Amino acid sequence: MNTPHALRSLGQEPSPDGVPRPALIIESVSKSFGRLEVLRGVDLEVAEHEVVCLIGASGSGKSTLLRCINLLEPIDEGRIVVGGQSITDADADVNRIRRRIGIVFQAFNLFPHLSVVDNIALAPTKVLRRPRRDVVEEADALLARFGMLDKRDQFPDRLSGGQQQRVAIIRALAMQPDLLLLDEVTSALDPELIAEVLEIIRELAGQGMTMLIATHEMGFAREIADRVCFLDEGTILEQGPPDQMFSAPQRERTQQFLARIVAAGRL
Amino acid sequence: MRARSTIQRARRRDGRWALLIGLISTAAFFGVLGWLVVNAPNWPRVQASFFNAQEFQAALPDIVGAFRKNVQLFGISEVLILVFALVLATLRSLPGPIFFPVRLLVIVYTDLFRSLPGALVIFLLGFGVPALAIPGVPTEPFFWAVVALTLLYSAYVSEVYRAGIESVHPSQMMAARSLGLSQFQALRYVILPQAVRRVIPPLLNDFIGLQKDTVLVSFVGVVEVFRMTQMKQSAHFNFTPYLATALLFLVITLPLARLTDWLVSRDRARGASR
Repeated sequence: MNTPHALRSLGQEPSPDGVPRPALIIESVSKSFGRLEVLRGVDLEVAEHEVVCLIGASGSGKSTLLRCINLLEPIDEGRIVVGGQSITDADADVNRIRRRIGIVFQAFNLFPHLSVVDNIALAPTKVLRRPRRDVVEEADALLARFGMLDKRDQFPDRLSGGQQQRVAIIRALAMQPDLLLLDEVTSALDPELIAEVLEIIRELAGQGMTMLIATHEMGFAREIADRVCFLDEGTILEQGPPDQMFSAPQRERTQQFLARIVAAGRL
Repeated sequence: MRARSTIQRARRRDGRWALLIGLISTAAFFGVLGWLVVNAPNWPRVQASFFNAQEFQAALPDIVGAFRKNVQLFGISEVLILVFALVLATLRSLPGPIFFPVRLLVIVYTDLFRSLPGALVIFLLGFGVPALAIPGVPTEPFFWAVVALTLLYSAYVSEVYRAGIESVHPSQMMAARSLGLSQFQALRYVILPQAVRRVIPPLLNDFIGLQKDTVLVSFVGVVEVFRMTQMKQSAHFNFTPYLATALLFLVITLPLARLTDWLVSRDRARGASR
């Protein structure tokens, strides 16, 4: 345990008995915006070190589900448990819970008035109240690991979309989350910039980071996911290992969705 | 290559022509205007009453001395306003039903003080409160003048701050909260730094207004530049001291107005390049 935080393998220690514990349990979660039912009783478990991809049409509830897990949207019904702790109880400490759950957005949402290194260091210094010197050292280590150290003093508007998204991922990692939520992180990127972001996610998966990924990149989902869930009209209609989901989906709606993706040349 | 340099030379020639024509036209226009004014039948009377060099020299030292009072007034008020208005704007942006009374109070405050004439508030505080003769409550007019100006202008400036806060996209708040920052930390470290930068031009505009409004304080007996000017004017029944005071205000406010315009056009250029 003498290695600095950032160089330690990301993710959690294995459970004592070696059996993966659920990092995330979602129990019959429902959520409406006014009269629009976005989630209708979603059930989902994600084990530690597991990578789960959420696929489905726009408006199927993928983003909303991720935001509910990060408590950015309050749920109407159901329960969400992270690392054994129910986070949707009325008396749950929202700020404390969010420290353990990282989320990366489609639109990056970097802080434009802060340099790259300050974007990364803000939450660890202000939320965790860790010494700035340590935090910056770790931020530099993370930047170096993902080939971004030369950009540490740049401001976000000087970076490409792919670079901004990589910084956003590093910013989330700097809080050393137990669970990382990725919300269509490549959807706003030019095609030639997608690969550099996917590469980071691939590396994180290799290191055992627990991830729940909403994505339109079917090829990537097939390659990286331990499990793929198809979200349709606010419920998980079908789930399974990627090979089965993409080669032999059981449900008609899943088949139709994938047929459209294939027709669009995205798989 | 040759063609291009010919075009450039032609452009430069056109540019020089335009400059020359502009200069001649401006000189001719203001020359004629000046001639008309100076040769008007009543010009000597106007000159004696408004542009009297002797009166100007005699009045200037006292007027500059009194103007220091105005500088103190707006200097102290501006610092207080910057802080107080920020508190108001922050209170107004607190979310949730629990904070409704706080938001309501701020709304009532800003509506009230933006609607009332400044002179009325200055009178009320400058004469009214000392007249209560409550022990321990200050009675100096200068103190109440600062309080009145701060109350009046904080209402405007808090609205400016609020516009700035609301101009920062909600996704910034979401990103900050998602990292575990509290509502207050997100405001302090993410929203406000961006908001303040955007509101500097309208803020400076309000400060120009404040600097001019410091003359209202003369009503409650603070001997500032306007009161001093009145005394100088009535002593010799000559209006030249007003001209001296006007020049002092121009020296302070004109650069600020120019700076504001420059900042606005710079921001617009930046926005266009993005």
